[in-house]
Amino acid sequence: MRARVWGCRGSLAAPGPETIRYGGNTSCVEVRLDDDTLLILDAGTGIRPLGLTVVDELPRTIHVLLTHLHIDHIEGLAFFGPLWRPDVDLHVWGPPSPLRSLERRIARYLSPPLFPIHLHDIPSKPTFHDVPDEDWKLGGALVRARPVSHRGPTVGYRISENGQTLAFVPDHEPALGVDLRSVEPEWVSGHAVAHHADVLLHDSQYTEEEYEQRVGWGHSSVVHVVTFAEICDVRQLVMFHHDPLHTDDELEAHLRRAREVHSGTGETPILAYEGMELDLA
Amino acid sequence: MATEEHNLVLILARGLASSVATPMVLVAPDGTIVYFNEPAEPILGQTYAEAGEMSRDEWLAQFVPQEVESGQGDLDALPIGIALKERRPAHRSLMITGADGERRSIAVTAIPLFARTEELAGALAIFWEEDQA
Repeated sequence: MRARVWGCRGSLAAPGPETIRYGGNTSCVEVRLDDDTLLILDAGTGIRPLGLTVVDELPRTIHVLLTHLHIDHIEGLAFFGPLWRPDVDLHVWGPPSPLRSLERRIARYLSPPLFPIHLHDIPSKPTFHDVPDEDWKLGGALVRARPVSHRGPTVGYRISENGQTLAFVPDHEPALGVDLRSVEPEWVSGHAVAHHADVLLHDSQYTEEEYEQRVGWGHSSVVHVVTFAEICDVRQLVMFHHDPLHTDDELEAHLRRAREVHSGTGETPILAYEGMELDLA
Repeated sequence: MATEEHNLVLILARGLASSVATPMVLVAPDGTIVYFNEPAEPILGQTYAEAGEMSRDEWLAQFVPQEVESGQGDLDALPIGIALKERRPAHRSLMITGADGERRSIAVTAIPLFARTEELAGALAIFWEEDQA
């Protein structure tokens, strides 16, 4: 299994000279399984350049796994080239809602007045799936989706293939109302997704000071994500979902803070950046 | 070995319970008490750290609610049981015996917690000690 980061910014795309090292595109990660099954985690603006590379492989089956439907995680979908090809077998997975189907919720964005073309007129005719409660197979991988603490229905994904596991929890506030160090792992949101993962891509949006002003907004501080990764016994933490207001220099300061509080289990934390490749062999 | 994570709704409810001054108990769908907060401890007569999770049989025997004591019913007659079995809110006053041996009159309101429309994650019971007068 190989993964490539196409967007790791949170909340809002933030292009410009101050974000050029880590990138300004919002959440999108390409995952290639050993049998070449293509999974795409989230459809932020990073999915647009990814689509340009996938066009050469068409026709083919593509699975887009959405963690949730906040705009920074779906805004690139309409600009994903394969969406406009009738010969693409496109499957979109996402968290269920008690009120409306996944298709109807996405159609709120892919329809006038927010978008000129209605979802039902899109040539690929995507198939929409609520993520199942149980683990399921996509290609050669076992995929798990579990609800995690964030605003609105949100899941984290755990993808396991040939003994290697990638966990993806880009928007997550496990420390909401909880002292993470004081509770058992089964009381930690996201533990079922991230435990013993070889690589964890996880929300690290705020500094500790920023978090104090934004409790309940659905995101983690740098210290929270390091703590969470240690509770889950993760091998490699990759800090993800960078705040759009944070410059490259500030992100590197956050990385230093993460390494300062990192207690030594697993490898030292690293920052996600556009173009980052992760080989889980 | 992986630890099975509680339903997110229970995790969030525990976060709420641990942040308020109102006594609260969280119950899993099978009736197991999975958490009670610090304000509940003096009423139940023990700490959560001492008690840990308690199966329905354990806590029914431990706290001896009035219905069980008088043979008038079991968990199904208590607000928590109604919330779990009938999936609706319930309220009533009852007597319990705490783990410290003290009998207390309490009022309990229990509500079912749904993760999705059909998925019962458990129940949350709010309770308080009533005036003895």
